Amino acid sequence: MLQAENITIKYGSRLAVSDVSLNVRPGEIIAILGPNGAGKSTLLRALNGGLKPSSGQVLLEGHSLNQYPRRVISRHIAVVAQEGDVRFPVTVLEFVLGGRYASASTGAWGWETDRDIKVAHDVLRETELSELSGRLMNELSGGERQRAVLARALATEATVLLLDEPTANLDLAHQAVILGLVRQRSDLNEVAAVVVTHDINLAAQFSNHVLLMKNGHAVAFGHPAEVLTPKLLREVFDVRILVDAHPITGVPRITPVHEVRR
Amino acid sequence: MKANTEAALEHGPKARDLNDGRVTLRQTLAACSLLLVALLAAILVTSLFGSERLPTRASICAIASLGQSACGLTPDQYAILLEIRLPRIFLAAAVGASLAAAGASYQALLRNPLAEPYLLGVSNGAAVGTMIALVFFGAWEWSRPLMAFTGALGATFVVYRLAHGRAGASPERLILAGVIVTTFLSSAIVFVTTLMDATRIRSFTFWLLGDLSGSTTRLLTLAIIVAILGTAVLAANARSLNLLMLGERDAFDLGVEVARVRLIVFFVASLLVGSSVASSGSVGYVGLVVPHLVRLSLGSDNRITVPAAALAGALFVVVADTVARTIIAPRELPVGAITALIGAPLFVYLLKRG
Repeated sequence: MLQAENITIKYGSRLAVSDVSLNVRPGEIIAILGPNGAGKSTLLRALNGGLKPSSGQVLLEGHSLNQYPRRVISRHIAVVAQEGDVRFPVTVLEFVLGGRYASASTGAWGWETDRDIKVAHDVLRETELSELSGRLMNELSGGERQRAVLARALATEATVLLLDEPTANLDLAHQAVILGLVRQRSDLNEVAAVVVTHDINLAAQFSNHVLLMKNGHAVAFGHPAEVLTPKLLREVFDVRILVDAHPITGVPRITPVHEVRR
Repeated sequence: MKANTEAALEHGPKARDLNDGRVTLRQTLAACSLLLVALLAAILVTSLFGSERLPTRASICAIASLGQSACGLTPDQYAILLEIRLPRIFLAAAVGASLAAAGASYQALLRNPLAEPYLLGVSNGAAVGTMIALVFFGAWEWSRPLMAFTGALGATFVVYRLAHGRAGASPERLILAGVIVTTFLSSAIVFVTTLMDATRIRSFTFWLLGDLSGSTTRLLTLAIIVAILGTAVLAANARSLNLLMLGERDAFDLGVEVARVRLIVFFVASLLVGSSVASSGSVGYVGLVVPHLVRLSLGSDNRITVPAAALAGALFVVVADTVARTIIAPRELPVGAITALIGAPLFVYLLKRG
């Protein structure tokens, strides 16, 4: 449903992403891994038209993103970024209803329909925020806020979810909740997801495919077990890495081995 | 409205839990109707007060007849009511509505509750434009609003560019940019003032602080039309502003055509500020005080904030100007002095609260 073909993105003369291709299918979660500055987030922004590639193209349902109006793209592709600070007294429900903007027949003005309200309440229930719907965003804890950001993305009913380090500021339990919700939707074949993350173990646990990136290049792509090998990880992250099988799930478990010089 | 605000201050967000955490069309219409009634009542009542106290019943009768009948007012009283006082009150309403609607929109667009036409330097940009028009194209009446609009738009653009660094725009950076533009334009104003003859300088100093007494019928008509149409256009973009208020990137991701909406809002807000400055100088802090109080009592949804702020702004300046022209009657204060007296402490409070 979403394809990136030979994407190259430059910031001035610096090459941020170089010739990367990606095919996102419903029911699949792709994790993009790599060190800081590898071009992961840049690639993700190009996938919903937020950045124009200097060469290559992104196709949505077979047509270039450039051919769609902004609202149509947003109906198909939703982004979950780390939430910025909300400086106005906006309630959780108002925040989540923002996800219904692209579905409205008139974007700029108009009021939410009964269906908009229903969708918002459904995703609030799914993300366990129903109780908080009347609370203000800046009164929530970090985990609750990040769930609200996910809820807003789910409220768009988009079929592609792009998540940019959605769990970076969350504790262990909340990390699993966020990705678990995405996994659920994906298992129902409702969505495809691309997740940029620094957490390799989380990626191994939740993703179908892993894209390893370094210096803007795609180093490897494949199933977690194929890609998350000591050799490839050492090549990409420049640290020695121990990989064994998770004792319960069996997915690759990654432990960096820091060599302490004495 | 004041009681409402106090209730919101006391109970905070809890008061809003009652309506499920969102604003509806019905609430918007109810709040706006209420404010409209209050505004009309204020127009009627304030028209009775001034250095010359007018007889209540006869004045109301004259206004109700739309000036067709004097209703027993003396010719002098009739002239004071319909030719001096009412035009001034209508101008106050138009200026208040323009500045408050513009302020609310700047705040949403720039993601900054402290953004305000006066503090951003936009009013000063319009003032420089107006003064240039007066000095160089004094004979052509429309040059004033036209140049004021150009000045406001120019100042808006410069502040926006200055405030957006590589790391994005912080509220502090925006205010700093506003201070820089304001002080720069202030010196430009001083420079243009020196080109004027001495007799005009005093009235200009007065005008600079916000003075509603020196308008013409045409400028008044323009100010009213711009206030109504401008507020309507901003309200029509309110749902987009709701998302822009959370960040330009979020808004883009959710389907807002950010560049287009930003252009419309900057253009219309500058038009609103330009037309009010051209007719009445820089009335400060209206765009800060009014939207803030409206958000406290009605919430942050711009579909209610923008129109309600326009009506409340009109009400605020009508009352403030009545105070300005009665408190030391027969002498008058510039209305900007009154609004700043209320607005500056509130600004400090908002800044402290972060």
